[in-house]
Amino acid sequence: MTERAHPSPRVYWVIALVLAALTAVEITIPQVSAFEGVKVPALLSLGAIKFGAVIGFFMHLRFDRKLYRNVFFIGLLGALLLFVIVLLTFEAL
Amino acid sequence: MTVGEIITGAVPHDADHHDVSAIRKVAVWVFLASECMFFGAMISTFLLYRSSGGDGPAAEIFNIGFTSASSFVLLMSSLTMVLAHHSYERRDLRQTRVWLTGTALLGITFLSGQIFEFTEFVHGGLTVSSSPFGSAFYMLTGFHGAHVAVGVLMLLAMVFLLPEGRLHRRRGLNVELVGLYWHFVDIVWIVIFTVVYLLQV
Repeated sequence: MTERAHPSPRVYWVIALVLAALTAVEITIPQVSAFEGVKVPALLSLGAIKFGAVIGFFMHLRFDRKLYRNVFFIGLLGALLLFVIVLLTFEAL
Repeated sequence: MTVGEIITGAVPHDADHHDVSAIRKVAVWVFLASECMFFGAMISTFLLYRSSGGDGPAAEIFNIGFTSASSFVLLMSSLTMVLAHHSYERRDLRQTRVWLTGTALLGITFLSGQIFEFTEFVHGGLTVSSSPFGSAFYMLTGFHGAHVAVGVLMLLAMVFLLPEGRLHRRRGLNVELVGLYWHFVDIVWIVIFTVVYLLQV
């Protein structure tokens, strides 16, 4: 129920730099043949980290009421379930 | 306090301001949760048809360098948006206006890039009716682009409303709520960029 203070602009700039760096790594991975074996898990992991950083810091889910987090995660879970059900139904998974 | 009063902002003077803000914020989060499922369905559809390029081009037509630059632009617009919100919380309306304008311009840049990209793809033979891949691709990225366009309109509305003092906490558009929508558009693109572009090349 309680809310914590939002971060300072300095934190936002650091997060943006991290996001930019992660994007640069993401772009590099498909170009390097040595990463071919780990391409899918690496790209999905980097995407998940970027996703988490934006919702956690820029959307303040780390600092705001837990209610907002719960509501959003219900939608996210619904989307993942939908994703799995659709791909299983059409035998694409 | 009725639902109508909450939506229109016509809140009685004795209503608890924090209650109204919290209810509006919950409503936005519920909306974003429903949007997750909307885009989840779109991305699932794209994955079903990713190998259905037919005789026409498919993922090989993508220009990853160009799309990466567009992604970077949208990612940085999240930074300017959160800085606008921070300025607004400190009641620094001039700075808020600067950051909101910057966010809108970055959004317009992203949209321009998407229009350019679509034009190139159509010239390359990838149209909405050329293959199931094309249909799924344009539906997904087109709907995302439409969301960005709506976000840009909301940002510009705030830029023009801000100096006139019409952007009161209790009324209509609110910097924080529009910010949440904008960041959501950004995280959807993070997923699209990874799943639709990077994993397909």
